[in-house]
Amino acid sequence: MRNEMRLEFDSISANEAFARVTVAAFMTQMNPSMEEVADVKTAVSEAVTNAIIHGYLGEVHKIVITGEIEDDWLRITVEDKGTGIADIEKAMEPLYTTRPELERSGMGFLFMEAFMDEVQVESEPGKGTAVHMKKRIKSQEA
Amino acid sequence: MRGSMKRKKNRAAGAGPAAGMKAENGTLRIPVPAELDHHSAEQICARADELVRTRDIREIIFDFSATVFCDSSGIGMLMGRYKIMQALGGTVKAVQVRGRVERILLMSGVMKVIPVERMQGGEEQ
Repeated sequence: MRNEMRLEFDSISANEAFARVTVAAFMTQMNPSMEEVADVKTAVSEAVTNAIIHGYLGEVHKIVITGEIEDDWLRITVEDKGTGIADIEKAMEPLYTTRPELERSGMGFLFMEAFMDEVQVESEPGKGTAVHMKKRIKSQEA
Repeated sequence: MRGSMKRKKNRAAGAGPAAGMKAENGTLRIPVPAELDHHSAEQICARADELVRTRDIREIIFDFSATVFCDSSGIGMLMGRYKIMQALGGTVKAVQVRGRVERILLMSGVMKVIPVERMQGGEEQ
């Protein structure tokens, strides 16, 4: 089975719920478990929140999510054309945040990595960031 | 359902994620909404901090009984309120935590500094 989707929306915080619920709806055709859906929703929420807060620094621009199902693999990319990340390794360190004044816990990437099988970050300062995530959905026959 | 249910409206508390907070006898009780993310956490923090500033709050209780989604913004919300209350000599706790939310709180390590009470008979939702 192969299926693709593309979702483009404004970087406003009300769209965080819209984004994760839409991705959850897209993956239902894979017969995921409740746990797998919750994992993906959390990871998407983290990536979209990062794009809003760190990518666009609160300004309203477009965030694009692409989703791809290939057999039992779900691939999700969350992309912004914002500030980008100078040091990706540092950004992915647990508890590291560039915005402590916003009470960011520094756990966004930690949760993405915990709940997805693979997380790859592609970024260039001034150009934007793309977070590629992969998860194998096991409960196909559920 | 529409129009058939009569509910008391608490206009002073407003609507949305920050609705329903109660400050009584130095305790601020915050009903956490179903989905706790950056969007809802920001509104809860703004309202809670205002109440902590204007009322003599010694304790904040976050009631998670309605909450089924929580991401790292929820952790930021708890830790931020913990720091504020610690500076004021007050306390923070989370109650009625279950399932998925409990797992997130556990993974974050927030339970090491903030007491978390599980929902009685709470199971996976």
